[in-house]
Amino acid sequence: MIQVNQLSKCYQGKKVVDGAQAQFERGKVTAIIGPNGAGKSTLLAMAARLTSRDSGNVIIDGKEIAQWNTGQLAKRLAVLRQANSFAMRFTVQELVAFGRFPYSKGRLTDRDNQVIHSALAYLDLVELKDKYLDELSGGQRQMAFIAMVLAQDTDYVYLDEPLNNLDIKHSLQIMQVIQKMAHEMQKAVVIVIHDINFASCYCDTILALKHGKVVASGAVDEVIQGPVLSSIYETPFEILTVKGKRICSYMV
Amino acid sequence: MKKLLLSLAVLSTASLFVGAANLNLQQILNGDPLALEILFSSRLPRLLAILLAGAGLSIAGLVMQQISLNRFAAPSTTGTIECAMLGYVISLVFFGEFSQLWLVFSSAIIGTLGFIYLIQRIPFKNVVFVPLIGIVFGNVVEAITTFIAYKYDVLQSLNTWTVANFSHILRGDFELLFIAVPMVLLTYVFATWISAAAMGKEFAINLGLNYQQILILGVLLVAIMSASVVMIVGQLPFLGLVVPNLVSLYYGDNLKRNIPLTAIYGALLVLCCDLISRLIIFPYDMPIAIVMSILAGGVFIILLLRDRTYA
Repeated sequence: MIQVNQLSKCYQGKKVVDGAQAQFERGKVTAIIGPNGAGKSTLLAMAARLTSRDSGNVIIDGKEIAQWNTGQLAKRLAVLRQANSFAMRFTVQELVAFGRFPYSKGRLTDRDNQVIHSALAYLDLVELKDKYLDELSGGQRQMAFIAMVLAQDTDYVYLDEPLNNLDIKHSLQIMQVIQKMAHEMQKAVVIVIHDINFASCYCDTILALKHGKVVASGAVDEVIQGPVLSSIYETPFEILTVKGKRICSYMV
Repeated sequence: MKKLLLSLAVLSTASLFVGAANLNLQQILNGDPLALEILFSSRLPRLLAILLAGAGLSIAGLVMQQISLNRFAAPSTTGTIECAMLGYVISLVFFGEFSQLWLVFSSAIIGTLGFIYLIQRIPFKNVVFVPLIGIVFGNVVEAITTFIAYKYDVLQSLNTWTVANFSHILRGDFELLFIAVPMVLLTYVFATWISAAAMGKEFAINLGLNYQQILILGVLLVAIMSASVVMIVGQLPFLGLVVPNLVSLYYGDNLKRNIPLTAIYGALLVLCCDLISRLIIFPYDMPIAIVMSILAGGVFIILLLRDRTYA
């Protein structure tokens, strides 16, 4: 389990994240939602040692994040940020192979190759494995990065806006994979997401941020409620129930 | 790969037998002392210098592109060469006869490290913007170097450096170039580390790597390889830029696979340019830098104009 306590960060005198409290459990998908600039990505980056924090702590499996050996932590926690650079031309398979780095330091064993292959198969990328990343569509590329994270074989997975710029088909595919990663593989998956309907339909718990503060958190039913969302997004909300799922309507 | 090695062998042999003094296989096999002297004190050192400089500088360019996350970064577009020259002039002025190797190396290392940290602070990293800053940075350092050289009257020693030439290479003064061998091996050993860093800082941290350490390692490799080449041979324009880009165009960016390829293509390119520069106004040598500027520079312009998405 990952426990985030009183996490704060200032940036140029402004509190980006302010005393955030959260808990990421295995077997569950947690969505971090909130308006632009609410501090969602910063919270995730701090909880993954990508960004420094000003105060608070992050406890991963009973151990404070700073106490972890970064190489060992890479076998427990994988994080994928938005906007990965494409300065380099790698094939899908080469990218996914990076996920094995924490284990084999670049010299792939048979076991590594097996894991790489099953990650590719899991995301339906076997046929594309020799294509270069810059030859793929945005959706396929995102799938390739998720396959890399999967090959990293960690208990905790953070994905920062995994649906950014994707079409509906790929968004659905990725959300289904995320759900399977949590429910079948017993990982704790944490995603930063803008589309609250995806959060409502595919996630188990939701953490809502506004101005750096956690303003709501809990199971989907508790957070996906008209008054809660209206105050977070400053927009009137209506919640419909379609096939047992809560769908948010916010068009006036 | 086999074809490549074969063409390298053929051209290398050709290179041994081209020159003002007549030299042929017959004389060597007969043990003609004059022929052997020419072979071992001039032709062979020249060939080795060409191969080592070509391979070393191309690999330096390859590593620079990886650690700066930029296709058009190379020792010549990041100030590394100019900083090495600054170190050389300082050592000339303060220590007289040139012998302060450490000054040249450390100046190149500090300059390159400075550039890497500089571009990390730039919020937007346009492909052309980064090498542009590098060229500006290099020019500033070069201006300082020239100023010092003027003031202390060492401009002439500096000029021999700026235009690459293999014609003066003799046994005994090129051996520093062998430093490229351990450097290339080191690059190969840490290839996966370096490529992970090439995917960005957060990507590297996610994999449990110490990003700063990889950067420093990369800078050391680049600075030592390119400073040793510029010290012995002079500036080989566009080499570190063109060879890695052409290799990546056809083979992708798998660093482990690209290291031997880049080394061989780099050596081949320099070998060809050197042969041309020796034959074009035979029996006189033209500085190789002139041939290279035209050939490699042309390729570079084509690369720039080619595919925008690739760049």
